[in-house]
Amino acid sequence: MWTLSCAARLRPYAILRRSLTTSSGSERQGASPGRTCTVPQIPTWQPAQESQLFKKTTVTMEMIDHLEHLALVDFRNQEGVQRLGKAIQFADELHGVDTTGVEPLVSVLEDRCLCLQDDEVVRGSYAELLLANAQQKIEEYFVAPPGNIALAKVNGYKFS
Amino acid sequence: MLGLNLTLREASAALREGKVSATELCQRCLAFIKETSVVNAYITVREAGALQQAEAADKRHRRGQALGPLDGIPVAVKDNFSTAGIETTCASKMLKGYIPPFNATVVQKLLDQGAVLLGKTNLDEFAMGCGSTDGIFGPVRNPWSYSQQYREKSAQRGHISDEGSDWVITGGSSGGSAAAVSAFTCFAALGSDTGGSTRNPAAHCGIVGFKPTYGLLSRHGLIPLVNSMDVPGILTRCVDDTALILGILAGHDPKDSTTVQEPFQPFTLPSSIDVSKLCVGIPKEYHAPGLSRETVALWTKAADLLENAGAKVMEVSLPHTCHSIVCYHVLCAAEVASNMARFDGLQYGHRCDVDSSTEAMYAATRREGFNDVVRGRILSGTFFLLKENYERYFLKAQKVRRLIAEDFVKVFCSGVDLLLTPTTLSDATQFREFIKEDNRTRSAQEDIFTQSANMAGLPAVTLPAALSARGLPLGLQFIGRAFYEQQLLTVAKWLEKQVNFPVLQWQGVVDKEHLILQHNKLTSLP
Repeated sequence: MWTLSCAARLRPYAILRRSLTTSSGSERQGASPGRTCTVPQIPTWQPAQESQLFKKTTVTMEMIDHLEHLALVDFRNQEGVQRLGKAIQFADELHGVDTTGVEPLVSVLEDRCLCLQDDEVVRGSYAELLLANAQQKIEEYFVAPPGNIALAKVNGYKFS
Repeated sequence: MLGLNLTLREASAALREGKVSATELCQRCLAFIKETSVVNAYITVREAGALQQAEAADKRHRRGQALGPLDGIPVAVKDNFSTAGIETTCASKMLKGYIPPFNATVVQKLLDQGAVLLGKTNLDEFAMGCGSTDGIFGPVRNPWSYSQQYREKSAQRGHISDEGSDWVITGGSSGGSAAAVSAFTCFAALGSDTGGSTRNPAAHCGIVGFKPTYGLLSRHGLIPLVNSMDVPGILTRCVDDTALILGILAGHDPKDSTTVQEPFQPFTLPSSIDVSKLCVGIPKEYHAPGLSRETVALWTKAADLLENAGAKVMEVSLPHTCHSIVCYHVLCAAEVASNMARFDGLQYGHRCDVDSSTEAMYAATRREGFNDVVRGRILSGTFFLLKENYERYFLKAQKVRRLIAEDFVKVFCSGVDLLLTPTTLSDATQFREFIKEDNRTRSAQEDIFTQSANMAGLPAVTLPAALSARGLPLGLQFIGRAFYEQQLLTVAKWLEKQVNFPVLQWQGVVDKEHLILQHNKLTSLP
């Protein structure tokens, strides 16, 4: 959870003006005297402190296995696992926001019609072009190794 | 002889008037790319192809049949836009050697106007980053690192490096495009902007970086990062040039269903601009922790300039700003995890030698093809999308996204025309300092003022406003209402005229002796 600093919440004009008059004059050349400054001269909020954060999500070995299988990428090393932990911890700050009654925003164009094409073929016969980038092919086919074989845990990609 | 430090419109006029030929312009840009190769802005330079295009442009100019203001103008394109017949790598091993069979719509539109494509520019792998330091072709170096301005300031401060390791980053992820425009090796470049990837490097490289409203420019052929936020970005040396390129690129594309159907009316910006009827909002939350003193002063100065010119400048509040970067982090990772599933080694790109099973081949290919940053985002994105986490993280982030977007709607409904904010917390960091923090931490710092425009789909532009005490560019950002690019760019042009930002004085890589000599000269001055 982020918190507004007390000073910022109160908008202390007295402090603000003092800091302006003591700062080097060259920085304020543009302002006419006597005008309050619209741009806040001190930070208006502070990052969340560690202690304010929600309970740390622990990343279990089962979770690591599960993610590696789903994502088909591996953590490679302990650092990769720690990176996930930090990413989750960072994301956990969201739980401090009250979103009661708020609908998820999927697209900023949600209030417009999506323009769909008619369901007819307008382009095609690109087989040769599309196959040109494949490493392995036979005639007009991409070639894959045998399927239906579950990913073995010891095939060298797994984090150990 | 004309210099390369013209704006696009000046170069266009020179071509039209026959003061320079497209071939000559192209040759000089190609030569300057070589001379500035230390910057590492380009991944692919297409010398022969560009010269051929330039010759064709010259023929058209001679016949008086030029295609338009871009005919014969050298441009560069970020290497995550598909270019037919030209390798497109996303700075990843995963796509090394990949030759797209088609052009991205925005690239096709540039080519149709006769623009000369010099090459493809460097980036963070798959555009995931904010430094242009995390790609397989090595980091991009900020051209200002080799400017007289930065060198002199460094010398004055007694900072003379032994190994020439004091160069600063360009920002990112479109660092190659920003560096290419900033170093005068091309007149405009395409970048992409998901969370600030066009505006951030533009700010650090002292040029104009523009992110259009979501849905105005086609994403067809832009290799996707976060589909709901990605937009093509425009990088130029002045605001007028951005307006010109925007006029060429904008509009509905049947190949991208998320482009809006209303016709776009291209515009040029007036030469005399009145800002007195304008209401400019200063979002107070954009004085975030870590904002440099210099940037605050610059932001204040710009607000004062507007006020002195008669504009109404008022403080406004976007209360959910402080949650924005976290929200972006979750949505970005989730969409990345989904988007990156396409890279499996079968149809294109890198394929490993493992052939024991399809899944083993996929896994080993992806292990070899992606760097740590990409893998990390795929894994955290997969975590946020797990059935048990979907609501807690992904839907939660989408809800917070609505709150962020609504903050903007409220402010604009209250009569504010556009917002003035900093673009980055401070000027560019030295590479050796930058890499001390990981990619996620850096992105949270660098994208803090830029990603909210992507979350809300709003147009935003950064323009260079001053040099810092270190002799490096500082940018300011305007955020506008959706589809109000004309107003946004008009005001940006007004401020551009007021600040009179200095031209980069290219000094190149200077040997140590010369620097010490210069330093002694400076210190011996009375």
